[in-house]
Amino acid sequence: MLQSREMLRLYRQMLLIRRMEERVAESYGEGKIGGFTHLYIGQEAVAVGAISALNFDDYVIDTYRDHGHFLARGGDPKKFMAELFGKQTGICKGKGGSMHMADVERYFFGGTGIVGGSIPIAAGLGLACNYREDDRIVMSFFGDGATNQGVWHEGLNFAKLWNLPVIFICENNFYGIGTGVQFSSSLTEVHKKASGYGMPGYRVNGMDVLEVRRVCEEVVKLVRGGAGPALIEARCYRYQGHSMTDPGRYRARAEEELWRKRDPIPRLAKDLIDGGFATEESLLELDREIEALAEEAVQYADESPDPAPEALYEDMFAVRYPSDPHA
Amino acid sequence: MPEMRYYEALIEAMAEEMRRDESVFLMGEDIGLFGGTFRATEGLMAEFGSRRVRDTPIAEAGIVGLAVGAAMAGLRPVPELMTMNFAIVAMDQIINHAAKMRYMFGGQLNLPITIRAPGGGGTQKGAQHSHSIESWFVNSPGIRVVIPSTPADAKGLLKTSIRSEDVVLFVEHEMLYSSKGQVPDEEVLIPFGRADIKRPGTDLTIVAWSKMVHEALHAAEALAAEGIDAEVLDPRTLDPFDWDGVFESVARTRRCVVAEEGWRSVSVGAEIAARIQETLFHELDAPVARVAAVEVPTPYARKLEQKALPNADDIVRAALKIAV
Repeated sequence: MLQSREMLRLYRQMLLIRRMEERVAESYGEGKIGGFTHLYIGQEAVAVGAISALNFDDYVIDTYRDHGHFLARGGDPKKFMAELFGKQTGICKGKGGSMHMADVERYFFGGTGIVGGSIPIAAGLGLACNYREDDRIVMSFFGDGATNQGVWHEGLNFAKLWNLPVIFICENNFYGIGTGVQFSSSLTEVHKKASGYGMPGYRVNGMDVLEVRRVCEEVVKLVRGGAGPALIEARCYRYQGHSMTDPGRYRARAEEELWRKRDPIPRLAKDLIDGGFATEESLLELDREIEALAEEAVQYADESPDPAPEALYEDMFAVRYPSDPHA
Repeated sequence: MPEMRYYEALIEAMAEEMRRDESVFLMGEDIGLFGGTFRATEGLMAEFGSRRVRDTPIAEAGIVGLAVGAAMAGLRPVPELMTMNFAIVAMDQIINHAAKMRYMFGGQLNLPITIRAPGGGGTQKGAQHSHSIESWFVNSPGIRVVIPSTPADAKGLLKTSIRSEDVVLFVEHEMLYSSKGQVPDEEVLIPFGRADIKRPGTDLTIVAWSKMVHEALHAAEALAAEGIDAEVLDPRTLDPFDWDGVFESVARTRRCVVAEEGWRSVSVGAEIAARIQETLFHELDAPVARVAAVEVPTPYARKLEQKALPNADDIVRAALKIAV
């Protein structure tokens, strides 16, 4: 059982993601955020439970639904929102946007917009851990859709072949955009795909942050100890559509309601209150504090300057030459 | 100055850089025990071991992806794609990940990766194994494209590539591996973006790279017999590109042939011709002429392949058309 302080920390992080994402949806509706914006609402327990089992200098790499992991890794909510607003103060100076949040100082190597694209890269981070014989490990997040891509299989094969310290975490929310996992995967129990590569596969309830944390802690210990890679399937649900432009007509309302009843945030709130670690009032107070933080982030993003025109030409290469694009 | 073969120059460059920097390592198909399908990594596993010279599965996208991850963590991977043809399999990792990541993350990290791959046709390997597709990569921002024609350039440019903080596609040529040339004894790092005049001349500039440099030198000899003194200019790196070097030469000779082994449409050669005409229109005595491959999948039959790929005769013909 986790200490009450740690449980509260997990609660706070999940709530921060939830409230920030609500503000993201709102700002998208106001036209302040553009492009593809994939919300993490509903899946908070996975990022928070898993990332909290890591050391600060472990590597984390992600898919395009990266908001939750960025915040769970301790990324600055202001720089996060400013990135979505396309501002100069964004974490990627406004050049990445929703799908490409990265925070290299926190060893968070961000989102890729290509499904499965980050899987061999995760193995490469693992290769660096082994090459240097340091104590680090890698955590790689992706959805169920990624497990049908070619490079996913290449990445897992490499990881096992070279005994790389990588934890592959599949957030199985049962839909690749609008196509159900039963229509896209020969094996809908994703954790069993691990056996094809001779690595252990685990299934966890991705709506229960304490279970995610407990299993991840165990797996982190094994992987850090040299056991090689592992695959964890966290079953979860995104409450919203695939992206902001998806009304979700392919899902039954009854199914959505069922999953909303499993919401990880009230679930942990109940544990905290039942355990005597919090009261309804103290959690409401925390919510108000986080709402204020989210509001502050929106305000910061709103007031931040647009990128300067010359920023267009910067950041592509470490060393620039006269033939490179310039003003 | 010792004479060595192109592939030996590559081995020397990698060995020197690996001795110098512990973070440099090689990975690729059959590069270790086998020594490389074109012998370009021969002996390196014996010296550096299987930790730094890594045989991989046949999984080109995976190979490049692992290199990206390793570079993110601060290593300097030198992945080999057995041939440029297989870069097509790895295209998403090269273009969408390696080349774009620094920019889309706002410059938060460097990716010091040198992807080596031999391209080119001329040995009857058929449609899927004869590509000169360097233009595809020049068309995509975020990746340097280095394409040496001689052993000395191969060595000096590979050393610079490995020390570069950016993603480099280092294009070799299958038919150049056994070619010989003088390579300086002392350490030479050839800078990117500096064209090299392989043969000075006054009447006409032939811009060519990789194996086409040698075709251009043969063509220049034939043209000399016709009383035409051709200059052969090798840009050596296509990104960055030495525009000043090309413009200086063409402004002097007032005529230019651009010769490449790749397909004609929307190519590096097309870009060079366009920019020369944009910049030097009033200096030119004739339109810029072009030599490139016939736009068909490269056929197997020897005679058809020879007809499809450009050679010295094609350059001579193109030069004579504009030299009158």
